Amino acid sequence: MIPAGFEYHRPADLASAVGLLQEHGEEARVVAGGHSLIPMMKLRMAELGHLVDLQAIGELKGIEIADGTAILGAMTTQHELIEHADLATAIPLLREAALQIADPQVRYLGTVGGNVANGDPGNDMPGLMQCLGARFELYGPAGTRQVAARDFYESAYFTARADDEILTKVTIPVPAAGTGYAYAKQKRKIGDYATAAAAVLVGTASASVAMTNLSDTPVWSEEAGMALANGDIEGCVAAMLAAIDPQEDMRGPIAFKKHVAAVILRRAIDSALSRRA
Amino acid sequence: MSKMHIKFHLNGQEVEGLAEPRMLLIHFLRENLKVTGPHIGCETSHCGACTVDLNGKSVKSCTLFACQADGAAITTVEGLTNPDGTLGVLQEMFREHHGLQCGFCTPGMITRAHRLLQENPTPTEEEVRFGISGNLCRCTGYQNIVKAILAAAEQLNAHKAPSSSEAVGQNVEAAE
Ligand SMILES: Cc1cc2nc3c(=O)[nH]c(=O)nc-3n(C[C@H](O)[C@H](O)[C@H](O)COP(=O)(O)OP(=O)(O)OC[C@H]3O[C@@H](n4cnc5c(N)ncnc54)[C@H](O)[C@@H]3O)c2cc1C
Ligand code: FES
Ligand code: FES
Repeated sequence: MIPAGFEYHRPADLASAVGLLQEHGEEARVVAGGHSLIPMMKLRMAELGHLVDLQAIGELKGIEIADGTAILGAMTTQHELIEHADLATAIPLLREAALQIADPQVRYLGTVGGNVANGDPGNDMPGLMQCLGARFELYGPAGTRQVAARDFYESAYFTARADDEILTKVTIPVPAAGTGYAYAKQKRKIGDYATAAAAVLVGTASASVAMTNLSDTPVWSEEAGMALANGDIEGCVAAMLAAIDPQEDMRGPIAFKKHVAAVILRRAIDSALSRRA
Repeated sequence: MSKMHIKFHLNGQEVEGLAEPRMLLIHFLRENLKVTGPHIGCETSHCGACTVDLNGKSVKSCTLFACQADGAAITTVEGLTNPDGTLGVLQEMFREHHGLQCGFCTPGMITRAHRLLQENPTPTEEEVRFGISGNLCRCTGYQNIVKAILAAAEQLNAHKAPSSSEAVGQNVEAAE
């Protein structure tokens, strides 16, 4: 499986990377970990003239936690996220979810930025970031702007990001101490995308619930969160089942997916409630 | 597409060659450099037969372009022998414990196990299984592979001075 030819660029800073995207327009794509893009290129489902590798851009690296906020550079790998002890303490939900993504080799290269920018409904981090109320920073020719994760996804592979913008960081509010959390995922084998996955945060008077791979975008349901905040688990599950829109595919027919969605969501809720302090 | 000049450290030696940007690292290693330890199993990022160690990370070399590895330090199974050419501890333990049958997955498996033990010198059985979950074996049923890796960990730790045994398990809880 050999992709179509392209030219390779490895810019040293953000401004040059955006310059390349402007110069080559639709012909250009950035590559982060490459573990979504390169398989698509090998299948010739993605063809591009210019590949802009972000690996040398120091500005996109690093994890910072300060003033109740965690900031993850877009090029933070899933492996780095899992290994970061302070982040695991501040937002254990992130680590629990990242450990359920793909396999060790993929996690060494796959990045947070690539996972949220990709727009594939199968990716786990978009729903996770919606649950956490994260914001994405985009840098382009007109400067920097912020988009809430809950406003970012339009349909499969279509997001609020313009072609000449680079996602630079993900900013996440650290949940209040004692917040219960859980990421539950049903998959056919290790390294598989979710048949259904649920991210749940539950505090004393608030809750947030999002699900993955059950629609052409991640599904965050305000109603489901409100029901759970009021202690109404069945109301939460019912609101979520009304919000999802799964399609039949190799992971099963629609009725099965709805069934799995409810089972996984209940599991995540149970485990989040049991961890609430 | 014009070819690019690519240079990296491979098993401690500087190597270079020309490759189109679209050439995958696995093809560059096997075809251009004739380093045939890393195998091509699935070609679709699933089996781990092509695993190499790149800048201290286990990566699937079928899912990386050679040009992305320009400037990197790469280790393949060939680089895990002892300096005198005899089998390294992991390789020896795979032989001793029948950690292979057809041997197709073995180079990737050993290269992955090498990084796993660098990061977690005293893994539990569960941590070993979770750590090699990106490598498929169609023959062994994994039992003897896990045995071999645990035995290698024990040997490697026994060779170290007792003072270095403070290496703590990493608590990689299985997320499955
Ligand atoms: C075997 C296998 C199993 C997997 N299983 C899972 C799974 O269970 N769950 C899951 O979530 N993912 C899974 N993945 C995908 C993996 O997590 C990817 O690494 C991730 O989706 C994309 O991250 P990346 O850094 O590799 O991005 P890339 O592949 O480099 O990029 C993906 C897309 O995002 C764009 N992009 C990347 N970074 C930026 C940026 N900073 N700004 C703007 N655009 C950007 C690229 O142009 C491209 O279009 C799996 C992959 C494999 C190969
Ligand atoms: S050949 Fe690379 S993962 Fe199978
Ligand atoms: S020994 Fe045959 S695939 Fe592992």
